[in-house]
Amino acid sequence: MTTPNPQNSSTLLRPNKPVGIVGYGAYVPRYRLPAREVARIWTGGKGGLPIKEKAVPGLDEDVITMSIEAARNAMARAQIDPVELRAVWVGSESHPYAVKPTSTLVAEAIGAVPNTQAADWEFACKAGTEALVAAMGLVGSGMAHYAMAVGMDTAQGKPGDALEYTAGAGGAAYIVGPAEESLAIINASYSYVTDTPDFWRREYQKYPEHGMRFTGEPAYFKHITEAATALMQAAGTSPADYKWCVLHQPNTKFPQRVAAQLGFSPEQIAPGLLVPVIGNTYAGAAMIGLTGVLDIAQPGDRILMVSFGSGAGSDAFDILVTDKLPERRGRATTTQAYIARRTEIDYATYVRFRGKLQMK
Amino acid sequence: MEIARHWRLKQQRYGLVGEVCPHCDYKIFPPRDVCPNCGDEAKTQYAFSGKGEVFSFTTIYEAPTGYDANAPYTVAIVKLDEGPMVTAQLTDLGDQPIEIGMPVEMVTRKMRNDGDERGIIVYGYKFRPFGFVPQR
Repeated sequence: MTTPNPQNSSTLLRPNKPVGIVGYGAYVPRYRLPAREVARIWTGGKGGLPIKEKAVPGLDEDVITMSIEAARNAMARAQIDPVELRAVWVGSESHPYAVKPTSTLVAEAIGAVPNTQAADWEFACKAGTEALVAAMGLVGSGMAHYAMAVGMDTAQGKPGDALEYTAGAGGAAYIVGPAEESLAIINASYSYVTDTPDFWRREYQKYPEHGMRFTGEPAYFKHITEAATALMQAAGTSPADYKWCVLHQPNTKFPQRVAAQLGFSPEQIAPGLLVPVIGNTYAGAAMIGLTGVLDIAQPGDRILMVSFGSGAGSDAFDILVTDKLPERRGRATTTQAYIARRTEIDYATYVRFRGKLQMK
Repeated sequence: MEIARHWRLKQQRYGLVGEVCPHCDYKIFPPRDVCPNCGDEAKTQYAFSGKGEVFSFTTIYEAPTGYDANAPYTVAIVKLDEGPMVTAQLTDLGDQPIEIGMPVEMVTRKMRNDGDERGIIVYGYKFRPFGFVPQR
């Protein structure tokens, strides 16, 4: 495996026309399962907990309904006509159908049909940022004025597995458009992928499998570090140039550790580190971390976002907040407001909500 | 299987799209192409804001086939801000008590499977408490 040449700026993904985020929207479902509830059932309440609690979708929610709400929030902030969208792309590993797009239904619900691209993306936890990179390309090439990229998940965790503590639900939607209309400009992105089998789910299987400790060093840490480092070197920046840093967050410890290794302070990652209170939202994780930051960022703030998807890869983004953000963010519900809307449930209710009971 | 019907009703179900009478400005939901107020033709599409208030409600414990997986659930008559009354489920209530006059907003949710889990998933409007958070 070769390390990318950081001096070669052609490894950066930079559109011909400058692009940015014209609208964004988060969504987190109302219900919370405390990690101690999972421990109570499976370990007698013993052992450390990777997070405080995770968000759980209600009985009538799935990636389609959650994407619709995040998309509506993004539309409210962007204040554009939905018929101007030329793409509605949804990244997830919990698409409700095996065959039938999530994206057409989301596009229909927000009034973007029929003159639009629609597609479902899949790349474990980075399906959302993958769609975001593609949206940069579509808009940056001049093919489209606006494109929407959503990262949303209702993540699956095998009962009793380490991932059951963290597999959460939530995500975010972004509308990419011309830089001059943007609340945050995306200067460039950089992607780093290799074939690394750290986590997977085979067809017809209900729950994913993972490589235990293998999900750490060769997968999460390697890809996040390479992507972040290469982007910063190509952009000529260092951690001190960024006010905020958002990282994929499968648990509390991983992003804290890799942030420290890269040279980011706990303060820089704090507003985008939502995993302790909503869990790992998979394809939504980095995307909703960024909405948490945009909810409080000021014009001129620079943001580094790095996603990670098992299998494996990372997308890194260099983002600059413009003076359009403060006015637009008040037009829709904030990320923290969704997090504050909270009803705690026990393990039995969780089992029912997540369809883990065999009814017939 | 009622695929054609679900398909035909998708706009009103996903986005609360009704009609407005071009003659008397009466807002119509569900769409019926004839204004119930003035009797003239009314085919102009109108997307409702989704805001309204609970006019009346009841909780269903013995749900009809297809809805039983969600029972118990609450059904309300919601008076939309624009005038019409719609019957719909309330959702995202948590342990919140419901009151007549309570402000609600529309959300698009999973209603049921068409037939069993092999059929299409039917999505449609429900309402939840509005203003669950203070605006910034």
